[in-house]
Amino acid sequence: MGPVIISLNLSEWINLLIGFLIGIGFGFSLEQAGFSSSRKLAGMFYGYDTTVLKVFFTAAIVALLGSQFLSYFGLLDLDLVYVNHYYVGASIVGGVIMGAGFIMGGFCPGTAMSAASIGKIDAFVFLLGGLVGAFLFAETYPLIEEFATSSYKGPVKISDWIGISDGLFAFILIIAAVVLFWFAEYAEKRFKRPDIIEDINS
Amino acid sequence: MYMNPYIAGIILGIVLLSAMYFSGRGLGASGGIKYCVVSLVGALDQEHVESSSYYKNYFQGNQKPLNNWLVFEVLGVLVGGFASGAISGRLKFKVEKSPNISARKRFLMAFLGGIFFVYGAQLARGCTSGAALSGMAVLSIAGFVTMIAIFGSAYLFAWFFRKNWI
Repeated sequence: MGPVIISLNLSEWINLLIGFLIGIGFGFSLEQAGFSSSRKLAGMFYGYDTTVLKVFFTAAIVALLGSQFLSYFGLLDLDLVYVNHYYVGASIVGGVIMGAGFIMGGFCPGTAMSAASIGKIDAFVFLLGGLVGAFLFAETYPLIEEFATSSYKGPVKISDWIGISDGLFAFILIIAAVVLFWFAEYAEKRFKRPDIIEDINS
Repeated sequence: MYMNPYIAGIILGIVLLSAMYFSGRGLGASGGIKYCVVSLVGALDQEHVESSSYYKNYFQGNQKPLNNWLVFEVLGVLVGGFASGAISGRLKFKVEKSPNISARKRFLMAFLGGIFFVYGAQLARGCTSGAALSGMAVLSIAGFVTMIAIFGSAYLFAWFFRKNWI
């Protein structure tokens, strides 16, 4: 029963090796999806290319349904899988800062790594900025610590918060994703930019 | 040509599911950057680390910040991205930008974007991978809130930065 690393009590080095192998799959799928292109990623915010939404929601739903089914058949103990802790203010303000960084830089950290790995120089520069950002956070932490740790709610699940089952929420999320996919396909026609698409594919 | 986005999404989802099944956790990216910085500061200025509750935390009990799942995963991301680029013939040094702006402006915006993104990710305890994608897969409310905040904010600011992209 999963998580394998816990049930088989494997050593930390095996876990790090698994992390490395999973990283290979992560980097490979990001690059294949076209997330190594900042103009493709930015298309999400101007409508001419909505790959981000399609890949992101498909991946989230596959992992969500996969883990729910594995749990249902007794193959994965979801209580042992990390659930992100919820700090209301920090999640919202951090997300807003990230969104500004996204539209300025054209990458998020993972996509910048996949882009840098194939030679995109702007992605290297983004990652340099990222190192500076992490350093600035560490140095300014005493000033923002109170805010960063305020309004703590614990590892809350959205299904519990609404008061419905995980399965029902997953079903609603799939319906929402299908509507969003339809809207994304429409946006690509409505805001199409053949010149930019050609540049992305060149 | 890039892969069909829905198929790429299925593969990415299986990768994320594997992380949950094997290691009991989600994917990440900004955390790897953080551990590199913490380790670097530790190597350069031990006194500073001792005097800071933030850094000290990462060295407790002789811990080495680089011996971390995320650091190894991030190394894998670079290998996997490179392999994908090699297979699809996309390995090329290139500055990707709109013809409306100079390479210098693109570098400035990329640098600033990197600072903002990773700073925000430290505050929200995860970026698009660790908080939004992995968080949504385990139905974490933090994941959904962070996802909406990232994309909502990017749409809000998109108008101001449109000359950089379209």
